[in-house]
Order: sequence, then structure tokens, then C-alpha cells
Amino acid sequence: MATHSTTAPHTGPLATTTGLDHRKLLMWTFLASECLFFGSLIATFLLFKDASVSGPIPQEVLNIPVTSTSTFVLLTSSLSMVLALAAIQRGDIVSGRVWILATAVLGATFLGFQVFEFKEFIDEGLKPSTNVFGASFFTLTGFHGAHVAVGVIWLMSLFIFSFKSKDGIPASKSLDVELCGLYWHFVDIVWVVIFTVVYLISSLE
Amino acid sequence: MASAVGAIGAAGAAPSESGVWSWITTVDHKRIGVLYGVSAILFFLLGGSEAFLIRMQLASADADLISSGVFSQLFTMHALTMVFLAIMPLGAAFFNFLIPLQIGARDVAFPRLNALSYWLFLFGAILLNSSFVFGGAPDAGWFAYANLTSTTYSPGDSMDFFTLGLLVLGVSSLAAALNFVVTILNMRAPGMTLMRMPVFTWMALIVSFLLVFALPILTVGLVELLLWRFFDMPFFSAEFGGDPLLWQHVFWLFGHPEVYILILPAMGIVSEILPTFSKKPLFGYTAVVFAGVAIAFMGFAVWAHHMFTVGLGPVAIAAFSASTMLIAVPTGIKIFNWIFTLWGGSLDLRTPMLFSLGFVSLFIIGGLSGVMHASPPLDRQQQDTYFIVAHLHYVLFGGSIMGLMAGIYFWFPKLTGRMMGEGLGVIHFWLMFIGMNVTFGPMHLVGIMGMPRRIYTYSEGSGWEFMNQLESVGAIILAIGLIIFAVNIFRSLRSGEVAGDDPWDARTLEWSISSPPPVYNFDAIPVVYSKEPFWDQKHPELAHDKPPADAVAPVAEDPASIHMPNPSYWPIIVAFGASLMAGLVIVNPYLAFIGGAITMMGVYGWIFEPAGPEEHH
Repeated sequence: MATHSTTAPHTGPLATTTGLDHRKLLMWTFLASECLFFGSLIATFLLFKDASVSGPIPQEVLNIPVTSTSTFVLLTSSLSMVLALAAIQRGDIVSGRVWILATAVLGATFLGFQVFEFKEFIDEGLKPSTNVFGASFFTLTGFHGAHVAVGVIWLMSLFIFSFKSKDGIPASKSLDVELCGLYWHFVDIVWVVIFTVVYLISSLE
Repeated sequence: MASAVGAIGAAGAAPSESGVWSWITTVDHKRIGVLYGVSAILFFLLGGSEAFLIRMQLASADADLISSGVFSQLFTMHALTMVFLAIMPLGAAFFNFLIPLQIGARDVAFPRLNALSYWLFLFGAILLNSSFVFGGAPDAGWFAYANLTSTTYSPGDSMDFFTLGLLVLGVSSLAAALNFVVTILNMRAPGMTLMRMPVFTWMALIVSFLLVFALPILTVGLVELLLWRFFDMPFFSAEFGGDPLLWQHVFWLFGHPEVYILILPAMGIVSEILPTFSKKPLFGYTAVVFAGVAIAFMGFAVWAHHMFTVGLGPVAIAAFSASTMLIAVPTGIKIFNWIFTLWGGSLDLRTPMLFSLGFVSLFIIGGLSGVMHASPPLDRQQQDTYFIVAHLHYVLFGGSIMGLMAGIYFWFPKLTGRMMGEGLGVIHFWLMFIGMNVTFGPMHLVGIMGMPRRIYTYSEGSGWEFMNQLESVGAIILAIGLIIFAVNIFRSLRSGEVAGDDPWDARTLEWSISSPPPVYNFDAIPVVYSKEPFWDQKHPELAHDKPPADAVAPVAEDPASIHMPNPSYWPIIVAFGASLMAGLVIVNPYLAFIGGAITMMGVYGWIFEPAGPEEHH
């Protein structure tokens, strides 16, 4: 608590009770809510992964090598996100822009993999309406993909916004990037769980 | 104070303007609270009218006032309206108006997000109700069990209005909850530690966390329902390996925390009113707070008691029965603390106090019948009978509504600067109290006699005729009570007695400023040394926690230099876009992109809008 009872209260935007910026606390709370969102979708998947009365079943369609590659791409984007924030915090305009763009490109690449995967599955006869595995798989990974897409749009917006001024995104506004980073890392972590539960465990059985 | 209000000239001027546009673009938490409150009361009257029609149909055996189809729409929409469009937004109205005032802040953390929450609520409510004119309202009951909601058994669009309307309302509530969590954790006046927060603010924090964690679960259920109906994804189709019970689990995993979302605001209100009119601090503040936290935690572990009859197996039933009985403990703690607050106090039986006492007594009855449902064998007898209807109305009408009414009478003077009429208030209370017991009391008996809920008529000689007639008379008494309430509000607004800053000799910070509060709330941000800062300031000789000797009184800022956030029209544009998107899904999912485009445009406009005060210079 940064408050001293004897000094006159300061009411500037940063004088918060917890010392944490409002927007950061909002993002953390929102991500807590997202945990329940993805938790419910994952629970639905676990309930249904082996419950289909007709195929294809997980073992028949899941392509672990391809998804491992896309997982690698997505996890790498977390690294570039960290580098982007670090660059902006130390005032390195060019590196900041490069790493933000790199993160967005890696995210978009992951989405490309996902589109490819969905198309493959549909070609192999697994549509969202084919069976409960398909329904819960496409819903879970589809919503994850939608989150990645939002992240890519956010990153591209930051990238374009950084050209509005010669100073790029100044270090004083690094929170804008940090919030995007919090979201981005969360989406990556969710993917780690999905990759483990949906791909690795389901393909073993 | 009065002179300060007059001096809001230059900088703070914008939010204090009047006119429709100023309300559309307002980001002032007090005005948004009023918008929430007025809308919620209107929807309360709508939901009440639906209930009234239900009661008139059931007043006599073999009646044919309304058809069975319309009856199903009425009981479904009555429940949805009361839960999502009346009680929840009334709670939000109190949160909005009171949280910043109680914690010594000038607004919520995200004023525009707050406006967005309101407009999403309004448009979502309109979307849900528009189903009445577009082919019929949802009629599968408010918990909309699967199979009944399939395209086979619910053809047409009614269930899509349910799904999409609730999705929009869910986003609204989530945004509001996030906002309140940040506001309460981050914007407390210096010295207001968590354990010095007013109990109402505590309950608001707990409800906000419940919403944060419960709403995404409902969202997933609604999304699955939507995908099931639109794209044949077989989540709930048993013949494809789907599971209709999944919906029940998901719905009640949200639905039971929702019950506490509905009741905890009223508990918070009553915890403020009982001490004020007993002239005593709340008995066991810490116990009341932690009981609230315990209720919230345990609220996530009792959902399957709504499903004792579906065949969960003995282990699950025993576990959920035990957890349900256990949740009576923290609830009991609260009730005993309220009673001990009254004990030995010098009671002042003004209208807010009457409603609070009504709340405590009726909630005890509802709580006791609730514990009965925790027993699976008993519950098998009561499932889907009017006994359940009696129970839920004792907790939600006798509990939530009575508590919220108490709050309206209590804070109306702070909001408007005028007292509500005491005479009409007392009449209103007794009509509500008697009407409520006459309406819902006999439902216990007729339920035990075997009358199922949700039947549109019953035959002569069933033995239920007298009880039903009595219940319908009760509904008429309630209706008269509500008319008197409406008259009281209009009369008090026009010619109520001028309230002054602190008409009740109350205890928390909101009473230390003028009524109505200036747009910036506090010209000097207060410094807090105790749980009841305003009371201790008025009665330093009684205070336990005194300011240190070297304490410096906070200095009032010049109101002209206090910058409040600018009004903004982006929240209503984003809310409109998002609700349009939801509505267009029903017409054609591809058309929804139009709404999506408006939303995106609104979001970018929002981001690049200068919100801060620095742009003034």
C-alpha cells in the first residue's frame, strides 16, 4: 500500500490502491475469466473425445508432426513478444517494431497451419457436425484460433500505430504493448494445454 | 457543498449537462446507475405483468384465459426477465451508484466500459424481448433443458433469441464485473483497507468475482446450444453420443453461483441498513464478510442439487447433498449477525428498516425450504412442484426484491436530494409483505399436495382450487403495492421533503457529501481510519480507530480543477454493433458481419478517442 495517512492524497491516474495499473488489473481479471471459458470447452472435449458413435476418431485424423510444428511456431511468438516489450521499454524503436511484426507474423502462421489442419480434417470426413469429437474439437480449437486472430489484429494495430509518431511507441506507453503481451502469452499457454490434452493424450489411446 | 456544486463551471461542465444526448453519451457512474435502475424497474414491471397474467390464468380450474403455448412463453420470459433484466441490473444500479461513493472515489476505473455495459444490457434485453413480435418468445423454461431446445422440439427462432440475447447480456455483465473488481481493488480512498470497506462494497466485490468466474461457463453452454441448433453439431444429441445432461451441468454450474449473484447485493444493502437504524455497528463485520466469501466459493460446488432426479448416482448425490447443507452454515452466520445487530439497538422502524426486517424474516423461510431440498429423498418429492416455486420466490422476492426495495428507500435521498414519502412507503411495505406471503405461502402447500410447476391449467376437483385462488388474490395485493410504490416515487421526485446530506444519521462515506452528490463526488478525497469513517467523524468519542494525532485533514480541491472523463458516444455504438451482430445471426449468420464491422469501427473509434482530461489544455 503506497498510501500514507498523513500526506495529502494524490489522485493522479497512477495512484492506485494496489500499485497495479487499472488496465493491468483488468487484463489479469479478464484472463481469470478466460480460464473458466477454455476450461469449460476443454471439459466438453474430454467428455466427448471418445464418445462418438461413428468415426473419424481422434487417432485417425490427428497429425502430431504438423501440429508440433505449429505449436513450435506459436511458442516462438511468445519469445518475440517478450523481445518486443523489452525493446520498447528500453526505447529501441526499430527493434520494437520488428519484434511486434514478427509476433504477428508467427501468430498468422499458426493460423495458417490451423486452416490447413481444418481443411485436412474435413477432407478426411471429419466435419463439426460429423460426431461429438468433431463438434467439441472444432469448437475448442476454433475459439482458440479466434483468440489468436484477435491477438494478431491487436499486434498489427500496435505496429501500424507505432508509425503515427517518429518515436514509435514510447517507453512511457509500453503498457499498451505489455497488455497485449499478457493476452498473447495467455493464449499461448492455453494452446500448451490444448496441445497436450487434445493432441498428445488423445492420439496415444 | 452547495457552493461547490454551483462552481463546477468550466472543466467538469460537460457531464452535468442535461438532455437526451447527455444521457446517451454519459460516462458518469451515478447517471449510469440511474439508467440501470430505471430500466430494471421497467423490466421488473414487465416481468411482474407476465406473472400477473400467469396468476390470472391459474386463478380458477380449467381456465382458458391464455393458451398453453402462450403460458409457456410467459413463465419462461417471466423468469428470464426477473433474473437477467430486473434483479441483476438493479444490483448493477446500486453497484454503479454506490461503489465509488462508498470507497471515496470520483468514478469507476473505466467509465466508458461502464457505459458499454449498460447499453449492451439494454440492447440485449430488447433483443430478448423482441422475440415476442418475431414469431414467439422462448418457451422452454428459463433453464432451457436440452432436447426441449433442439430444432425438433423448438422449431422457429424463439430459442435463438434466448441464446443470443443471453450472450449479449453476459458480455454486459462480464464487462461490468471486471470494471467493479478493478474499481474496488484499485480505487479505495487512502486508509481504506479491504477490512475497512463497507459491507455493501464487499458484497459487490464478491458478486463481481462470481460473475467473472460463472459467466464464461454459461457462455460456453450458450455457444454449444447455438452451434447445436445452427450447424447440427451434436453436443446434446444422445443418438450421436452427445449428452443432454451436459447442458444441465453447464447451466447449473453457472446457475447456482447466479443465485448468489442475485442475493448477495441485497445482503450487502441490508448489512448497511440494519446498523444505521439500530444505531449500532454491524455485529461481526469480519464474520459477515468471510461468510460472503465462503458462500461464493461453495456456490461453485453445489450445482448438481438442481439435478438430483436425473440419475447422477449415489456418490455424486451424497456429495452434492452434503455441500448444499454445508452452504447453509455461512448463510446462517449472516442471519445471526443481522439479528445480533438488532439486539439491544435503538430501532428506528422507517421504511428502509421495515423492508430490511422483511428481507431477513422472509429469507429465513426461503433458506429453510432451501435446506429441505438438500435432502435428495425429499427433493425427489418436491422436484418440479410448486414447492420449488414457493422456495425460489421466498429467496428471490422475499430476499432479493425486499432487500433491493430497502436499498431504493434508503439511498433515494442521496440520489435525488429528496426523501421518499414515509406514509406511502409503510403502506407499500405492508402490501408487499402481506401480498408476497399470500401469493407464495400457499404454493408450499399446493406443491406438497402435488401440483406441478409450469402447468397452464388444472382440473376441477384436484383440491388445488382454493390455494390457487388465494395466490391470485395475493398477486393483486402485490400489484396494488407496486402501484403505490410508483406513485410514491413520482410524488417524492416532485415534492418530496428535502433530504439534506445525511437524513438517516448514517455511517459510510456516501453520506458525507451533498445529496445529490456533485459530479466529481468528493472535492477532498477522504482519508479513512476505520470501518465506519463517517460515523466516527460525527462521533469521535465513540470511535475505536481514531486518526493519529498528526493526521492532516484532506484538503478540498477547487472543483473547477477537478477533471472528469469526457462523455463519449462510442460505447453506445459498440453496444449497438455487437447487439446487431447477435440479432442478425438469427436472420442469417453471414449478415452478422455487418454488426461485426460496426463493432470494429466503434472499438477503433473508442481506442483513439482522447478520454483523459489532458486534452483539455
